[in-house]
Amino acid sequence: MSAAANGHPVCLSARRVTKRFGGLVAVDSVSIDIPERTVASVIGPNGAGKTTFFNCITGLYAPEDGDILFQGRSLVGYRPDSIAAMGIARTYQNIRLFSAMTALENVLVGQHAHLRSGVFGAIFRPSSTVLEEERAQQEAREMLAFVGLPGRGDLLATSIPYGGQRRLEIARALASRPKLLLLDEPTAGMNPQETDDLMHLIERLRDELALTVLLIEHDMRVVMGVSDQVSVLHYGTKISEGTPKEVQNDPRVVEAYLGTGGSHGHA
Amino acid sequence: MLKRSLRRGALVGGVLVFIALIGAPAAFAREPVVRGVVTLSQLLLAIGALLAGSGAAPATRTRSTGAVVAAGAIAGAVCMLLLALLALLVSAVDLRQVLVNATPQLVDELTLGRGVVTGSTVLVVLGTVLGALGGWSTRLPAAISRSAVLAGAAVVVVGVLRDKGLAIAEAVALGVAVWAVAYGRSRWGSALATRYQRVQRRNSTMVSIVVWIAGLFILLGLPSILGTYGTSVLDLVGLYVLMGLGLNIVVGYAGLLDLGYVAFFTIGAYVTGLLTSPAASTQLGLSFWIAWPLAMVAAAGAGALLGIPVLRMRGDYLAIVTLGFGEIIRILVLSDTFKSVLGGAQGIIEIPGPSIGSFTMMRPQHFYYLILIGVMIVVFVSRRISDSRVGRAWMAIREDEDVAEATGVNLVKYKLLAFAMGASFSGIGGAIFASWVHSVFPNSFTLLVSINILSLVIVGGIGSIPGVILGAFFLVGLPEVLRSFADFRMITFGALLVAMMIARPEGLWPAKSRRRELHLEVAE
Repeated sequence: MSAAANGHPVCLSARRVTKRFGGLVAVDSVSIDIPERTVASVIGPNGAGKTTFFNCITGLYAPEDGDILFQGRSLVGYRPDSIAAMGIARTYQNIRLFSAMTALENVLVGQHAHLRSGVFGAIFRPSSTVLEEERAQQEAREMLAFVGLPGRGDLLATSIPYGGQRRLEIARALASRPKLLLLDEPTAGMNPQETDDLMHLIERLRDELALTVLLIEHDMRVVMGVSDQVSVLHYGTKISEGTPKEVQNDPRVVEAYLGTGGSHGHA
Repeated sequence: MLKRSLRRGALVGGVLVFIALIGAPAAFAREPVVRGVVTLSQLLLAIGALLAGSGAAPATRTRSTGAVVAAGAIAGAVCMLLLALLALLVSAVDLRQVLVNATPQLVDELTLGRGVVTGSTVLVVLGTVLGALGGWSTRLPAAISRSAVLAGAAVVVVGVLRDKGLAIAEAVALGVAVWAVAYGRSRWGSALATRYQRVQRRNSTMVSIVVWIAGLFILLGLPSILGTYGTSVLDLVGLYVLMGLGLNIVVGYAGLLDLGYVAFFTIGAYVTGLLTSPAASTQLGLSFWIAWPLAMVAAAGAGALLGIPVLRMRGDYLAIVTLGFGEIIRILVLSDTFKSVLGGAQGIIEIPGPSIGSFTMMRPQHFYYLILIGVMIVVFVSRRISDSRVGRAWMAIREDEDVAEATGVNLVKYKLLAFAMGASFSGIGGAIFASWVHSVFPNSFTLLVSINILSLVIVGGIGSIPGVILGAFFLVGLPEVLRSFADFRMITFGALLVAMMIARPEGLWPAKSRRRELHLEVAE
């Protein structure tokens, strides 16, 4: 494992990842290295291939070319559930909670990969299962409290307000004890106060839970506020990378967003 | 207001005319509800007038009671006027070439046997009175009128079930009793429930033990109360509960729409036949108690096998493939290729009943207890598993397959598990069925069985265990009970189903989550 800029080993390394849909090259030879305990952002105009890039990492799509290494191990060819079990979790651009289940049950599903009980345990409830279940519920409640939804476990996922649903998605992702967390536009549709709270939560994920966070975000205030590293995608290719400040001043980035020069806060 | 009354009266009247022309009044005339007072066909007309009257009343409370009663009276009169016109028409012109049920008997029934002129007048007057009553009923507190509807329904159901209808005194007693209970429940039900919960909380184990024992005694005693015919109906319901709970795992928990579920019932029944019948090609003649678990395992294996090709299919596509699978199994069983083993159309006969020592189960009452044990096991397993890691994984798949997978749920494993587990319940049902009817024929395992099972799961409340049990009673028990309706059994049943799905789309006893979901949709 090579060491990256901040001295931490590389958590995720995408190497010339390419994903095509028919004639369209959605992700074109993108390489990104993300060191552990970093918040890295991927930005770019709509249709730049950001979510497709996420889907390649989580195994929903198989890239045609290139490789994705997670802690030095290739993810290509693994099913999404195996990749989740390796320690990668994600949230979704348009919230995708299990809507007929309670908040607690949503988080418990997140724990699925590291719980063990099966059919036998479910039917006969040996003490090991009972204990595991109790611990899981306890942990799920703590997880809800961590994201700012304490005591909301028994609410139906869809009866939680919008901002809370985004947090619940994060709790569900955290429940799988990931090392890398992919957040797909976590502040979309939030008001400024909620956005501030969420930025704070992202920093806590990195600092308190020692997670690596990969973020897709349109709100430049969030990107510039929390990111250690920013990569810019445009028509599937990476056109710029660096610290928020470096990227902000890159003329290619400005051009990609606006066509010509100028400044634009919220792309 | 007048327009509304006319429209409502015409609507209900039109429906009644239609019902009259399919011949229901003539048939229902033979069915006394209260002996010597009212037959089912007369009751049907009366209910129509009441409905017209109550429907004509505007929803707002701004109108005076007098206006509402008047509106109801007009609607009732219009409704019955249409029927009177029908009676006049039928008695004047012979329509039987076109409408076979437009008989003098129909006229007789519509005019209450009083001749066309007097009868029609009486009919319209009665319609006016009943319509007014219906209109007035909308001004009563909901608790009273709803209880009255329930009481009326109870009298009708019991009256129809009784061979010669109820006596007047019985009908009144039953109606008053049901009304009182229903009214009491709506007035003081919640207070009682809280008190019960308080008692239960204080000494929960005691209370639940008492409730369980009481329930068990009722269940154990049912065959002696119901008699042989009633018990055999109950047996059939029990078998459908077994299968319904199995399908509930596949459709209700994991959200995989399976239309070929009868296949596993078939496999369970045939495996039992092959293993136990001395007349089968295998000539094994094993005990039922050995065959039962093997039938279950075989069905589970078939379930998993079916699961493999359909792993990547969703919704409609899955439904079509499973539909095909169900038919394939039936045709294989029927085919000449396997005739030497499975008996073709002749099936397998001489399947012995299960025996314990020297006692062999023969009568429906014996099988009742076997089925009861099966149902209890399956209910227990369903309950336990729905509230576990496995159950949560299934529900996650049902809610969003892709997200479930990305969250760490192995779709292959859990889908196959759902198919296998659901199939195994059906295998138990098949095994009991085979030894109950002492034979298996391909004709017993048609697509209709799959449809029935799926319907009872949906009608009862998808994903809900008590819902499936209620659904089985409703869909399997009710048609048996409705046998006295003869030709009108299926149309009555169909009408009830349609009405139910409109009134309660979430099912008779919905699962908690679905109830919450529908409530939310209403709130939004």
